[in-house]
Amino acid sequence: MDTTYAVLSERIEKRFGDIHALRGLDLAVPRGTVCGVLGPNGAGKTTAVRVLTTLLEPDAGHARVAGRDVVREAAEVRRVIGVTGQRTSLDEDLSGRENLRLFAALRRLRGGAGRARADEALGEFGLEDAADRPVRTYSGGMRRRLDLAACLLARPEVLFLDEPSTGLDPAARGRVWETIRKAAAEGTTVLLTTQYLEEADQLADDIVLIDHGRAAHTGTPAELKARIGSYAEVVVADRAALAGAAVVLGPLTGAEPVLDESRLAVGAVAADPALTLPRIVRELDAAGVPVVDAALRPPTLDEVFLALTDREPAV
Amino acid sequence: MSTDFLLDSRAMAGRQLRRARRNPGLIAVTQAMPLMLLLFFGYVFGSTVALPGGADYRTYIVPGLFAVTAAGGLVTGMLTAAADSRRGVLERLRSLPMSRTAVPLGQACADVLLTAVGLVPLLAVGYAVGWRIEAGAAFALAAAGLLLLLRFTTAWIGFHLGMAVGSEEAAGQLASTTFVLQLLSNAYVPAAGLPGWLRTVVEWNPLSAYTTATRELFGSAVPGLDDAAGAAWPMTHPVAASLLWSAVLLAVFVPLAVRRYARTTAR
Repeated sequence: MDTTYAVLSERIEKRFGDIHALRGLDLAVPRGTVCGVLGPNGAGKTTAVRVLTTLLEPDAGHARVAGRDVVREAAEVRRVIGVTGQRTSLDEDLSGRENLRLFAALRRLRGGAGRARADEALGEFGLEDAADRPVRTYSGGMRRRLDLAACLLARPEVLFLDEPSTGLDPAARGRVWETIRKAAAEGTTVLLTTQYLEEADQLADDIVLIDHGRAAHTGTPAELKARIGSYAEVVVADRAALAGAAVVLGPLTGAEPVLDESRLAVGAVAADPALTLPRIVRELDAAGVPVVDAALRPPTLDEVFLALTDREPAV
Repeated sequence: MSTDFLLDSRAMAGRQLRRARRNPGLIAVTQAMPLMLLLFFGYVFGSTVALPGGADYRTYIVPGLFAVTAAGGLVTGMLTAAADSRRGVLERLRSLPMSRTAVPLGQACADVLLTAVGLVPLLAVGYAVGWRIEAGAAFALAAAGLLLLLRFTTAWIGFHLGMAVGSEEAAGQLASTTFVLQLLSNAYVPAAGLPGWLRTVVEWNPLSAYTTATRELFGSAVPGLDDAAGAAWPMTHPVAASLLWSAVLLAVFVPLAVRRYARTTAR
C-alpha cells in the first residue's frame, strides 16, 4: 500500500452523455497536506470529488484514497473519508445536536460515546447556543460549520470539501478557513475545490488548476503566481485609442493583449517582475495614448485562466 | 456486519421519528385527510348510495379508508425521498460507511410505526360513525397487521419513485395522481355494479384486495357484495391476494429502491 499519497488518481475519465466532464485527470496529494483544486464552473471539480469519494464510478482510470481503490474498495474508502458537498446536506427539520448525533451513530460512534462526541463537536464549532434549534433556522455560515463538524466527528484521514466557502460572507469564510487549518494541523489530508484564488492561496500547500477535466497546472501557490506574474490593465479615453494601447502593451508585457471594448480596457499578463506601473504609463503617454486609468496588480482567477488555459472562463 | 445493519436502520428510523415529532402539523394534516374523505363520501355520497341488502354505506367505507390511509405510504415515501434526494441528504448518506438497505428500510419502519399510532384515532372515528369490529381480537389484530404490511409495501414503492422523480414538486404532482388509484378501487364504491371492463380493473387493483381483506378480517364485510357472483379471484380470496401482492411488490421494489439509492446522485 502506497502511504506517500493520501489521494492518487491516474487518468480518470467521466462522461455524462455528451459532456466529457473528466478527461484523464491526474492528482497526487501527499499525506498530511492541503490540496486546492482550482477551476471555473464546469471544469470538472465536483465530478472529481464525487469520483474520489465513491459517489460516482469513473468510466476509465484509477484512483486511490488513503491507499484504497475508490471502486473496488469503496466501503473501506468511505470509512476513512469525510465529505461535504457544495450545498450543506443536513436534515433541515432536525436540530444541530440531533444531526450530529445521527451522523455519530452512522459513524459507529454509538450510544453515550456518540452523544458525547456530538456535544463536544458543537462546542468546538461554536454552535452550542443554536444546538437545539432546527437547522432550517441557521445562517449559511452556521450550516457550513455544522456540515464540517459532521464530517470531522470521526476524525477522517482525508477530508474532501467541495467549495466550502461559496456563498459565505467574509467573517463566516474566515471561521471555515480556521476549521480547515485546524483539521490539517491535526494531520488530516484535505482536498478542497474552490473558484477563489485567494482561498487556495490561504489554505493550500499545493494548487491544481483544472480545466476541461484535466489538471492544467500544478504547483505551490508561489510557483503558480510566479508563472502568471501580474496583470497590467489600462483604460483609455475612447474606442479609437484601444488599438494604440494594445500596440504598446504587447511588447512591454510580452503577452498577447486582451481588448475589452465595453470597458475601453486593454489588459495583458506581465510575466516580467521588473515591469513597473510608471514605465507602462510613460510608454503609453509617449505613444500619445489617452490613458484614463492604469493598474498593475495580481491577476484574478479569470485572468489566470485566460493566461494559462487559452479559454474564456465558464464562470 | 449484521448488527451494524440493524443499528444503521434504527438510526435512520430514529431520524424520521424525530422529524415527525418536530412537525406535528404535518401529521395532523395527514390524519385529517382520511377523516375528510370519510365525511365527504360517508355523508355526501352515503345519503344517496344504496347498498344491496340495506347494508350501511358508512360502515362499508370505513375499512376502505383504513386501507387508503395505509396506502398513503406511497405518497409519504415519495415526498420524503424526493426531498432528501434534492437536498443532497441521500448523497451525503451514501458517502458514509453505512448499509445501503438501511436508509429505505429505516424510513419504511418509521413510517409503519407512525401509521400504527395514527390508526388509533382513525378506529375511534370509525366507531363514532357507527362502524364496529365484528370479529374476534385475533382477526382484528390480523387486520391491523395487514394494514401495516400495506404501509410497509407502499413506503418502499414511494421511496423508489421519489428518488426517480428527484424533486418535491414532481413528487407532489405524482402524489396527486395516486387519488385515481383510490377511485379505481372498491374503497368507496362496490365493484359489482360497474361495467365489465371497469369491474375487472377495480377488482385487480391491489388496493381493492387490501380493502376487501380489511373488511373481511374486521368482520365488516357485507356477504355477496365484494365477492358478488363473477368476482375476480382477489375478491374471493382477499387475504391471500393481499399477502401475494405485498410479496410481489416488495420482491420488485426493495431491490429497485436499494439499487437506485446506491447509484443516485444529487443534481
